[in-house]
Amino acid sequence: MARKVTARRVWVSTAAAWLFGFMIFLPILWMVLTSFKTELDAFAMPPKFLVFHWTTENYATVQQRSDYIHHALNSIIVAGGSTLIAMIIAIPAAWSMAFAPTKRTKDVLLWMLSTKMMPSVGVLVPIYLIFRDFGMLDTRAGLVMILCLGNLPIVIWMLFTYFKEIPKDILEAARMDGATIGRELIYVLTPMAVPGLASTLLLNFILAWNEAFWTLNLSTLDAAPLTVFIASYSSPEGLFWAKLSAASTLAIAPIIILGWFTQRQLVRGLTFGAVK
Amino acid sequence: MATQQTQVLGRALLTPAVALLFIWMIVPLAMTIYFSTLHYSLLDSETWSFVGLENFRYFLTDPAFLTALRNTLVLVGSVLAITILLGTPLALLLDQQVIGRSIVRLMVIAPFFVMPTVSALVWKNLLMHPVSGLFAWLATLVGATPIDWFNDAPLLAVILIVAWQWLPFATLILLTALQSQDEEQKEAAEMDGASALSTFIYLTLPHLARPITVVILIETIFLLTVFAEIFVTTGGGPGLQTTNIAFLIYSQALIQYDIGNASAGGLVAVVIANIVAFFLVRIVGRNLEA
Repeated sequence: MARKVTARRVWVSTAAAWLFGFMIFLPILWMVLTSFKTELDAFAMPPKFLVFHWTTENYATVQQRSDYIHHALNSIIVAGGSTLIAMIIAIPAAWSMAFAPTKRTKDVLLWMLSTKMMPSVGVLVPIYLIFRDFGMLDTRAGLVMILCLGNLPIVIWMLFTYFKEIPKDILEAARMDGATIGRELIYVLTPMAVPGLASTLLLNFILAWNEAFWTLNLSTLDAAPLTVFIASYSSPEGLFWAKLSAASTLAIAPIIILGWFTQRQLVRGLTFGAVK
Repeated sequence: MATQQTQVLGRALLTPAVALLFIWMIVPLAMTIYFSTLHYSLLDSETWSFVGLENFRYFLTDPAFLTALRNTLVLVGSVLAITILLGTPLALLLDQQVIGRSIVRLMVIAPFFVMPTVSALVWKNLLMHPVSGLFAWLATLVGATPIDWFNDAPLLAVILIVAWQWLPFATLILLTALQSQDEEQKEAAEMDGASALSTFIYLTLPHLARPITVVILIETIFLLTVFAEIFVTTGGGPGLQTTNIAFLIYSQALIQYDIGNASAGGLVAVVIANIVAFFLVRIVGRNLEA
């Protein structure tokens, strides 16, 4: 396992890795730094890196605009709601395909995935018109529904991948001992499935939180999550870099932290176990 | 019998998901097909009429379509090339003994979780701003003229932003694959006097073939529909320079309110995505057997 590596080589790779890592992280770091500057310092040329008047005033301003809390709440409700409903629909489906497969199971799985490949933009028009006619434009319920359906195939696939890895022998043993399906579910399956369920939940929350196409097109104010709130800073007259940075930092911080915790599952989840 | 019972239960549990996804697929698709045969404008929704395949003829022969198609292909191709050509060495580097590797990994993977609207705005204003962006300052440091990214090279600017977001994905997948590589094989090759380069070409690269395919196919699915980055930074412009298929359909539907034409475009997008999906499903399907 442990190959002999010279100390010099370790230092070279360490330096190179940190340099690349820093370069990739720089935009985020720069955004966070800018969020603590005054607007004047944010525009300063040459840029001020660490020596500037540190202030948390931007965060206070973003909060005061009261929009932020509203949009953050929408993000939590829409991302959380759509994830929860998707889980409720997906768990039984994935369970049934993993533990009671039929000849058609594989076809059903592939068909489900293929609905994810239908580009959102291809069906934007009918969805927009349906939403308009049913008064669902700019409602949280509408966004919850759309994001839930959009992520459902991925949720089912991820859960299926996790369920599939639960050894069948254990279930058979439980069944031999006379366990009913209900008991089997509660006492045998659930404890083993919890890690998979948790990472599916987190990953889909992340996907839903960052989803921009539907939220930008189907919400304007009442239901608008943070994606829309941030996009409102794109107008040329709204060039308040420090405040934009503070709002952006607030919008992405929870998700980046969640993402860091789930990075290992991310690989398995997003490639459906094709890469181990 | 328990199995009989399980089968029935299984079907019952599967039905809601299948039914919902079926409705989700078929209703919008059927409506899109229907609208695509109509002359239907939201500005004048009283007078709509059946025009057959006219919308498709119009959409496909519109010079904007060819530009958008070209932009889409350039965008997808460039981002794929950048993420794989940079992601592979980066993954190889992170697979080495690196002090503080877990911290470096956190830095490298972070962009993937940044919501597209945020990364677009941060890149546009804080980094690529021609006067007071960080890149402009870096350019003046080396005596170069700062680039006015969104005027002079708008598509390249969008490509860089999207590539930055997807580089972590490629790196992470490739790194995971590298860590499952057989160490003994590499050691044996080293002992036989194989150079690092030939070990890479003959052992590592073949090992990476499958994850690279997975990266290409999954990224393609997402990159074909890049929207928020364009919406926030350039709005498709200047002119049509950063309009991809997704943005073209968006602008026809919700800026020009031409529902018929946008629907025809939507179906073209569905067809393009399905050509790509065909290959993805085959690969994922093969994996399912294993």
